[in-house]
Amino acid sequence: MRGREDDPERRLNAKEETMLSRRRLLKTTALSAAALAARGVPAWAASTPGVTATEIKIGQTMPYSGNASSYGNIGKAELAYFKMINEQGGINGRKINLISLDDSYSPPKTVELVRRLVEQEEVAFLFQTLGTPSNSAIWQYCNDEKVPQLFVATGATKWNDPKGHPWTMGWQPNYQTEARIYAKQILATKPNAKISILYQNDDFGKDYVIGLKAGLGDKYDKMVVKELSYESTDPTVDSQIVTLQGSGADTHLTAAIPKYAAQAIRKAYDIGWKPTHYLTNVAISVGGVLEPAGLEKSQGIISADYRKDTSDPRWKDDAGYKQWLAFMAKYMPDADLKDNNYPYGMMVAMTLVQVLKQCANDLSRESIMKQAASIKDFELPMLLPGIKLNTSATDFAPIKQMQLQRFEGKSWGLFGDVLSG
Amino acid sequence: MASVSETETAPRAREIAGLSLARWRAIGLAAFLLASCVLPFFLSNYHNLQLTIVVIYAIALMGLNLLTGFNGQISLGHGAFYAIGAYTTAILTAKFGVPYWATVPVAGILCLLVGFLIGVPALRLEGLYLALATFALALATPQLLKFKPLDPWTGGVQGVLLRRSASNPPWGLPLTRDQWLYFLCLAIAVPMFWAARNLIRGRIGRAIVAIRDHPVAAETMGVNIALYKSATFGVSALYTGVAGALGAVVVGFVAPESFPLFLSLSLLVGIVVGGLASIAGAIFGAFFIEFVPNLSDELSRNIPTIAQWLLGYTPNVAERAATAAQWTIYGLVLIAFMYLMPTGIAGFIRLAWARLTRSRGKHP
Amino acid sequence: MAAFLHQVFSGLATGGIYASVALALVMIYQATHHVNFAQGEMAMFSTYICSSLIAWGLSYWIAFLLTLAIAFLGGLAIERIVVRPVEKAPVLSVVIVFIGLLVIINSMAGAIYSYTIRPFPSPFPTDAWYAGSFINAHEAGSIGVTFAVLALVYAFFRFTPLGLAMRAAAQNPVSSRLVGIRVGWMLGIGWGLAAAIGAAAGIMAAPIFYLDPNMMGSILLYSFAGALLGGIDNPWGAVIGGFAMGVLENLAGAYLVGTEIKLSVALIVIVGVLVAKPSGLFGRQLVSRV
Repeated sequence: MRGREDDPERRLNAKEETMLSRRRLLKTTALSAAALAARGVPAWAASTPGVTATEIKIGQTMPYSGNASSYGNIGKAELAYFKMINEQGGINGRKINLISLDDSYSPPKTVELVRRLVEQEEVAFLFQTLGTPSNSAIWQYCNDEKVPQLFVATGATKWNDPKGHPWTMGWQPNYQTEARIYAKQILATKPNAKISILYQNDDFGKDYVIGLKAGLGDKYDKMVVKELSYESTDPTVDSQIVTLQGSGADTHLTAAIPKYAAQAIRKAYDIGWKPTHYLTNVAISVGGVLEPAGLEKSQGIISADYRKDTSDPRWKDDAGYKQWLAFMAKYMPDADLKDNNYPYGMMVAMTLVQVLKQCANDLSRESIMKQAASIKDFELPMLLPGIKLNTSATDFAPIKQMQLQRFEGKSWGLFGDVLSG
Repeated sequence: MASVSETETAPRAREIAGLSLARWRAIGLAAFLLASCVLPFFLSNYHNLQLTIVVIYAIALMGLNLLTGFNGQISLGHGAFYAIGAYTTAILTAKFGVPYWATVPVAGILCLLVGFLIGVPALRLEGLYLALATFALALATPQLLKFKPLDPWTGGVQGVLLRRSASNPPWGLPLTRDQWLYFLCLAIAVPMFWAARNLIRGRIGRAIVAIRDHPVAAETMGVNIALYKSATFGVSALYTGVAGALGAVVVGFVAPESFPLFLSLSLLVGIVVGGLASIAGAIFGAFFIEFVPNLSDELSRNIPTIAQWLLGYTPNVAERAATAAQWTIYGLVLIAFMYLMPTGIAGFIRLAWARLTRSRGKHP
Repeated sequence: MAAFLHQVFSGLATGGIYASVALALVMIYQATHHVNFAQGEMAMFSTYICSSLIAWGLSYWIAFLLTLAIAFLGGLAIERIVVRPVEKAPVLSVVIVFIGLLVIINSMAGAIYSYTIRPFPSPFPTDAWYAGSFINAHEAGSIGVTFAVLALVYAFFRFTPLGLAMRAAAQNPVSSRLVGIRVGWMLGIGWGLAAAIGAAAGIMAAPIFYLDPNMMGSILLYSFAGALLGGIDNPWGAVIGGFAMGVLENLAGAYLVGTEIKLSVALIVIVGVLVAKPSGLFGRQLVSRV
């Protein structure tokens, strides 16, 4: 005999209706409660966030607006390079999806955007977040939440701290290393020099002062006769150069971004001041700094760098340089080739590709950090010959070497050996 | 001679759906408060962070609105007070170990004093000149924060880091850190807004507005202009300083780069877009300055996709625009807002109300 | 002593640029009673246009004049199209529109021209007779250009009927309309002229400061300060104020407090002057009926 329950078309009686609706209510409540409870366990805490079979999602913040916006070209170069990699099939079948957000070089904005990248976009890791204050702001967060803060785009020294901050790693040689190289050079060639310094009044500039102090040791107070700063909102540094000349210095260090470096070089020449001039490698571009200042005014300037300058004619026939040119021609045809930010961005992107290749199919955050800390003698096309990347579990500074060079005629002439700071 | 029509009796109170403006306001406020207490439990941590920032901006904008909207003194430099509040909290917690919640009133009082002191010379400056002086203050702030003799406290160019774990929910409350900070900011914002509302509605508020509209008449009526103007500067600075202090706790880091000129300009944009001389305006403005830049960025980064959809391919120009168009879009939105709502969002609502409740009676 | 003179002359050189931009600000203020925050960005954009024209092969002075014409038309267009809808709005709403303009123009310049610095040619030969050891040819030349522009502006407002009409339109729009002056177009022309002056200032500034989208941002504050210091309604005052700011900035940085807080000191001085003389050093005291 067919029971009541078997007839699908009979209508529910009142009691059954109530039970059904009660059950439905219970079910929806339970589901909502589960959903609410699930909120407490963020989805991004899963073991390989940001990674699917076809994509690796990564994030960064770059200053595309504001005073530091010239560095935004680094992000553009990286986006272009990953586009090229994706067109060639990606890495182990996965395309790289770089989400690059504008933080205008403002740390509160960086914090907000990084949390969005990690918690909402669920990126696998952060790549080349730019700026010392910006990275300082997210340092704790990334290490607390165990999100790799990989290859930060700043030369500050504090990123090489595997013990205290195992999830943060830099890439470029830090500014203090560079300044120490200058200090060594000065002590070797002119031990009685009177030194003056012009520096940008922020982390970047101050790091050079600290590095020079470290390099000169207790001779610092005797040798450095004047140090002056400028703000990135100042129109010109002409006034500072005049004052520095008046201090009687015969050796000078400029720790300035391209615009102010060019002004400094030109003004010094115009007022007839000819110190031995050391220049930060941030501002050594022939086309971007020395030509605007005047090539004849830039003779004899000394710098230490790890990269090939894009507008230096001596690299014309170099294989690595040609490789970079081909990349720019195809993927960034309208870009200004004199800007050294482009090869920088390309090379860091290449470093990341190498790390991801080393990871093979284990793209968990731990694996990524482990592989980033296992780079051995890795060469890149726009690095000076002899300079290689190396990291280990106790060494989170991939590039530590630089070479001194002097500007003569129309290009930079390398001299001395490849040094470590 | 037309006779007086029967509808010419006492003016009808303006109503929509049988409720007056005051009633609608009360309902809106209640709904808003309810939503702000309940919403955090349904939102992700990131969205809670954004809401917390909105609350903080709202407090700062309330302060600026008191000064510029209600009292007519233009300030382009309130970012300086925000910075003072933030650094006060940062220095007290990081260098002196004071619990973060105790630093907030200290930051407020310090800014009250500084604001009052700045308000005194500001008495001599009108309109444009005051704008310049405060503009200069905003520009000078980052430089002052890097002043060498203050380095041991301010950390100079390195800034000051606040320990994140210090601001975890106390007493084992079942909240995430972001929810806790949100409710903390809300718990501070609500009484401050309530105090501002009472201030405006009372005698002092009337004096403040009178000074804006008719300084000479106000003086003749016995209002002590100098005292009121300076005091308003001080109170306005207090609000913004408290906002800065809370901001430092939420962000966890302060540095000179955190307080550029753009912050002061954003605060001004916030009160004008939200609605000058309006308490709700501070809240509308806060939503605007927090979300519109983000939305502009979203739109900007989707330009290649839109171009693809419209044209069938992505021209090179669209790719280049993706990383560069955010602020152009933001600027266009700003200008559009000023065309459509010159008196701000709050002013627009008032206008809309007036339109909707226009008297429909017969005219003689 | 030599160092002191260097500082003064260097200050006069940069002050010349501040003075030109201050002049543009005063121009707009006299015509419209608004302070245009986007003035610097408009000048910067015009300078980029000139740079492109020169790159395409035009000779310097032709590019210069053509850029001034383009800037004039651009300023006129902006006033008629962007500013006109909010003419009647409260003052602060107009300020927000200016801020919007500032943001748009700056962002577009960065997008189109990117942020690397561009060298800009100078029309003054480096060995000209007016070059000295304290001031190079271009700096001297640009001061000369500033004064020439000032003289033209003064003559325009003082001696031409159009200048008179513009002054009338700014002071009393209602009566001006009754007399037949087209007030709307007067405002537009005022903007156009200010844009042209700003463009000239930018073209003179670029060889000294190097051209990049943020070039004028820092100049704007000093120009603004100079204009107010000298009196916002007085072209002569604005120019003197601009020069004063340049020299003051250098001397404060070199001798008073060092470069670290020279900005604050310079501005404290301005505030001090304004507190003592609220309408600026050469401004007209406005007395209004109660």
